[in-house]
Amino acid sequence: MSKTIVSVRNLSKQYGGVVAVDRISFDLCRGSTVGLLGGNGAGKTTTLGMLLGLLLPSSGEIRIFGENMIRHRHRALPWMNFSSPYVDLPHRLTVRENLIIYGHLYGLTGIKSRITQLASDFDLTEFLDRPAGKLSAGQKTRATLAKALLNEPRLLLLDEPTASMDPDTADVIRGYLENYQRETNATILLASHNMSEVERLCSDVLVMRAGGLVERGSPSNLIARFGRQTLEQVFLDIARDRDKSRDTA
Amino acid sequence: MSIHAYQTWIRIWAMALRHYYLIRGSWPRLLELIYWPALQMTLWGFITIFFETHSSWVAQAAGILISAVLLWDVMFRAQISLFLSFIEEIWSRNLGHLFVSPLRPSELIAALLLVSLVRTLIGVGGAAILAIILFDVSVFSLGIALAAFFANLIVMGWALGLIVSGLVLRFGQGAESLGWAAIFLVQPISGVYYPISILPDWLQPIAAAIPSAHIFEGLRAVLIDETFRMDLLFNAIALNVAFVVVSISIFFMILRYARIHGQLLQLGE
Repeated sequence: MSKTIVSVRNLSKQYGGVVAVDRISFDLCRGSTVGLLGGNGAGKTTTLGMLLGLLLPSSGEIRIFGENMIRHRHRALPWMNFSSPYVDLPHRLTVRENLIIYGHLYGLTGIKSRITQLASDFDLTEFLDRPAGKLSAGQKTRATLAKALLNEPRLLLLDEPTASMDPDTADVIRGYLENYQRETNATILLASHNMSEVERLCSDVLVMRAGGLVERGSPSNLIARFGRQTLEQVFLDIARDRDKSRDTA
Repeated sequence: MSIHAYQTWIRIWAMALRHYYLIRGSWPRLLELIYWPALQMTLWGFITIFFETHSSWVAQAAGILISAVLLWDVMFRAQISLFLSFIEEIWSRNLGHLFVSPLRPSELIAALLLVSLVRTLIGVGGAAILAIILFDVSVFSLGIALAAFFANLIVMGWALGLIVSGLVLRFGQGAESLGWAAIFLVQPISGVYYPISILPDWLQPIAAAIPSAHIFEGLRAVLIDETFRMDLLFNAIALNVAFVVVSISIFFMILRYARIHGQLLQLGE
């Protein structure tokens, strides 16, 4: 299999006259954890949606594991998974029932033992038989993460993976993701507003603004290039450039 | 069975399991499966008792109204069960997870049909048994004709269910009331309780264009004339084929529209 897991070329998405994503191109290599950064409305969610096949691009090409995602996304989907605090699991089903169903959808064998393992990893054991709708926000996020790791994906797309978690739990989850990536050599694309999380987890960062890809590099490289102390300061510099250009206009 | 077919079946089974879990965990949902069909049948049972002494038309074919209401409920339950199963995914904001899993849209539709079939069999089957107990009317006495009527009505219910599910996907939950109301648009022209010939002349060709009208005419032919009208059955089958093709096409077109406009991530409570 090619070392390039995700290949995006000239990807654009327009809603009427509004350009949400503007001719972006990037590759993700096997075993890398890449952060996707940008302010609200920068195009991160639209990009994730297109990578997942939930959204059809206006133009451009996406290849994942060498498969054309616009035509043959079902060939790649068994090896991928996704987690977002903004897409729920069915509220009235228990966490266990949800995980059993998704286990079957991903064609897993040994579903029960996998659920037991993930429940232990994500501290969900005591909540397994509770309806998903009755979990706290942090517990829901952990349940959704457990669902995202059920099939041991080779490509994991994460949208705000530690949203609503207390600092202790968020730290445990970051540690888990680091270990998972190291042990499985999976590729992770992580959209987050938590810059310390991105600095810790990501070997590479893509920064979006107004639908375009404006910066790319390792966190340390970006910090050095912008002459800043933290990635958060770099993020603010990039975001406020946008404001300056608006002011000028 | 090939590995591909096996995986397909497992995914359909998983979605059916999802609805089993949902119903199992909620006694009102369980009760609702049989409550409305039983209530409708009971109401029409008493109306039948009244009409049998006041209407020669009803008196000549015992159980015609109860059989009609049970068969109407087949179509209604098929449509509403499919619609409810689909909209459950929208209520729970689960479509995003489903469509990034290996589940294919065709498998989702197959699962919706399977769940709808089971719910319809439970609901209408329960009411049919109650009709034997309470009114000594057995729809099962229709024999092989019942199977033909059932199959056609459930297929038409599914076709309508797919179309209204697609409309909710297209227009959001504002269109949800369509899911409940749409089938009642076809009830007056289906001739459930009366012959199509009593409709105004301009309405009769419209009635002739829907499968259910032919089925209910066929039901009356069996119960009143004791004749199984193959011509009516073939008409219903041919029209159902067209209904199914159109409904599946509409559903897939709307699904594509939803993928173009990002609605799979936006729909929710």
